[in-house]
Amino acid sequence: MLRPPTSQTAASLFAHYELDASFDEMFAPGHVPRDAYRLLFDRLLELPATEWRHRQQAADRAFLNQGVTFTVYGNDEGTERIFPYDILPRIITGAEWSVVERGLAQRLLALNLFLKDIYHEGKILAEGIVPRELVYSCPHYRREMSGVRVRRDVYVSVAGTDLVRVEDGGFAVLEDNLRVPSGVSYMLANRQVMKRVFPGLFSRYHVRPIDHYGQQLLATLRALAPRPNDPTIVVLTPGVHNSAYFEHTYLARQMGVELVEGRDLFVHDNVVYMRTTGGPRRVDVIYRRVDDDFLDPLAFRRDSQLGVAGLFNAYRAGNVSLANAVGTGVADDKAVYAYVPAMIKFYLQQDAILPNIETFLLHDATHRQHVLENLERLVVKAVGESGGYGMLIGPHSTKAERSEFRSRIEANPRNYIAQPTLALSRVPCLFDDGVQGRHVDLRPYVLFSGQATTVPGGLTRVALRRGSLVVNSSQGGGSKDTWVLE
Amino acid sequence: MLSRVADAFYWTGRYLERAEHTARLVDVNTYLSLDSTPESSGRHWHRVFDSLQATMADGGTDDVVALVHQLALDRGNKDSIASGIHAARENLRQIREQISVDLWERINRLYWTVRRTAEDASWQDQPHQFLRGVIEDCHQFIGLTTATMNRGEGYYFLELGRFLERAITYSALLDTHVRAFPDLRHGEVAPEGVAEWTALLRSCTALEAYTRRFTARMDARRIADFLLLDPEFPRSIRFAVEQVEAALRGITRLSGRENAGRPERLAGRLRASLHYAQLDEIVDDSLQTFLTGISRQCGDIHAATYRTFIGYHLDAALV
Repeated sequence: MLRPPTSQTAASLFAHYELDASFDEMFAPGHVPRDAYRLLFDRLLELPATEWRHRQQAADRAFLNQGVTFTVYGNDEGTERIFPYDILPRIITGAEWSVVERGLAQRLLALNLFLKDIYHEGKILAEGIVPRELVYSCPHYRREMSGVRVRRDVYVSVAGTDLVRVEDGGFAVLEDNLRVPSGVSYMLANRQVMKRVFPGLFSRYHVRPIDHYGQQLLATLRALAPRPNDPTIVVLTPGVHNSAYFEHTYLARQMGVELVEGRDLFVHDNVVYMRTTGGPRRVDVIYRRVDDDFLDPLAFRRDSQLGVAGLFNAYRAGNVSLANAVGTGVADDKAVYAYVPAMIKFYLQQDAILPNIETFLLHDATHRQHVLENLERLVVKAVGESGGYGMLIGPHSTKAERSEFRSRIEANPRNYIAQPTLALSRVPCLFDDGVQGRHVDLRPYVLFSGQATTVPGGLTRVALRRGSLVVNSSQGGGSKDTWVLE
Repeated sequence: MLSRVADAFYWTGRYLERAEHTARLVDVNTYLSLDSTPESSGRHWHRVFDSLQATMADGGTDDVVALVHQLALDRGNKDSIASGIHAARENLRQIREQISVDLWERINRLYWTVRRTAEDASWQDQPHQFLRGVIEDCHQFIGLTTATMNRGEGYYFLELGRFLERAITYSALLDTHVRAFPDLRHGEVAPEGVAEWTALLRSCTALEAYTRRFTARMDARRIADFLLLDPEFPRSIRFAVEQVEAALRGITRLSGRENAGRPERLAGRLRASLHYAQLDEIVDDSLQTFLTGISRQCGDIHAATYRTFIGYHLDAALV
């Protein structure tokens, strides 16, 4: 049933679609569409270009009207922009997804056990499987959490794990985001818009739903409540100037809970309250979108205006739950990441279902020497950074940048890791002059309350610039809807 | 509702009401000045500043353009129209998710109009156009709230702020006026005073309503009665206080706060004093004392609202 595109339209529509060593999710070698993409491919040939453009415009308008925007820093008025969006869906088969789903569940279970272990007995450290000094030297390790009982031993309730597809098409984990992963609102909004723009294609594809994410998140948070009867859940935002403020309001609305700022909360006798017109109301679970450092000026950064004085003590006393727990950042440190397969082995006696990317740890002298000799082929990352900052992409770097990174690495080797430059997989995107392939990653959102659940799909981020490997929205990235098939 | 959110609605109401009032006051007095001598024009402007409790800049009344600028667009003056609109928008921005897209667009449009106007001095040739635009945008904002907002706590806090501000500014305006023209005899105002009393009515959007009721014959006592005690005129002080009381009734009911009756009681007391007042008796006693009393009671209502719903003492609330 496979046939190569022969018609005139296909030739012109895909004239600029290049294939190379990267895995192409739409085309098998020789520009033959893969089975899952067949319907989309046919549809692309049926509809005239003007129609595609109309639908793209309709989608953009829908985003703006819904206020699906993010804030760009560096402007005193706070500029709001829509997240660039490509209307061609990314398609993942049910079989591919089931591997991802099991792999994520396994990984998050192990990471939660790891966090409990290092903040209590420290067995994995005692056995030398994860080096002790690696954990203690991590800036996100919180000594204050040592010995603190976390409700139901759930440290990470919400994770956003970044996956990539490598050359053979298999999924691998690029990094774990275990602090305050963002982007899930774009996943949900993308789907809303796609259903409106492509109702026909959508229904023919039998896409698995994701709209229940809000309810699942609420259930995950409720499971953490110290008072099980009718607990009060809130979303804590740093405020309107935060770049993810839209997402905070969106999630609060989806769950039907209050969106609060630090100044709305106060602590009395180790109990957290929010100030309402009806009087103080006790708060049970805080889905906090504020970093550890800013949570409580008494416990952490004293200059924080975003936090709540006394919150950490109330937390330690077990009167309020935080999602995620304090101190989870140690487990998504990019150097600790290298040990996750070993953790899975240690805690679960299993092999990792989703492999890691080969990672060089720069505090190791042999690794370091190898990396410094091959900087122009590798990607170097600062261990605690996110959002595509603090990164050197070897093949795209200048000599000056490389020598700067060389001295940074030598000054503080623990702070960096290196990985081979990945050939991220490619998916079709719509441009004015036709369809072209662009590199993507995938961030599924995993919820954990003893067991992991992942809504099928996630946020596909796409590097819209030709040849670019950087998918972050702050650096020219956009997004796509991700369709996981039945 | 979170107290912070309630607070933002309340101040949005107050700031927008004040911006609208200032715009109208400046508009009316700019045109009044055109028909008067420099001395009497100077006196107008002093009264305008007095009634707004604003301090006149050093140039004094010689430079009307500078005065208008100070009240309209000077961001250094916290009472200017521009500052008020900026503050209202900032308040709404903090609670962006609580209001509709339409409402947000309206305030944003007004905000950008003000900013653009401030960058281009040509507006000073025709301040009327700009001031009229501010008033219209404020009206549209209010219209949208009435037509589209849920009658929840947010709506009532917005209304509370708006009408409390109006009761306060109108009392101050009337007070400044009768201090300059204390003779409130029955009968027609002397010809040289007609322009001033007409301007007072205009400043409260009351000229047409008054004329329809009493003809164009300017009677100082009737004007004071109309602005202060008229039950039907929607911009009388009595009407504003009735709305304050209604808003507080809504808030008290919806908040579920216990022992929350005090602000509503204070508003009810003030409303009753206006319901049963007789202008003749007030004037015989002292209209100024009466007006000062209204301002003070409005201040008490504000303070009681804060103590009950917004800035309450936490330890007391947790007993």
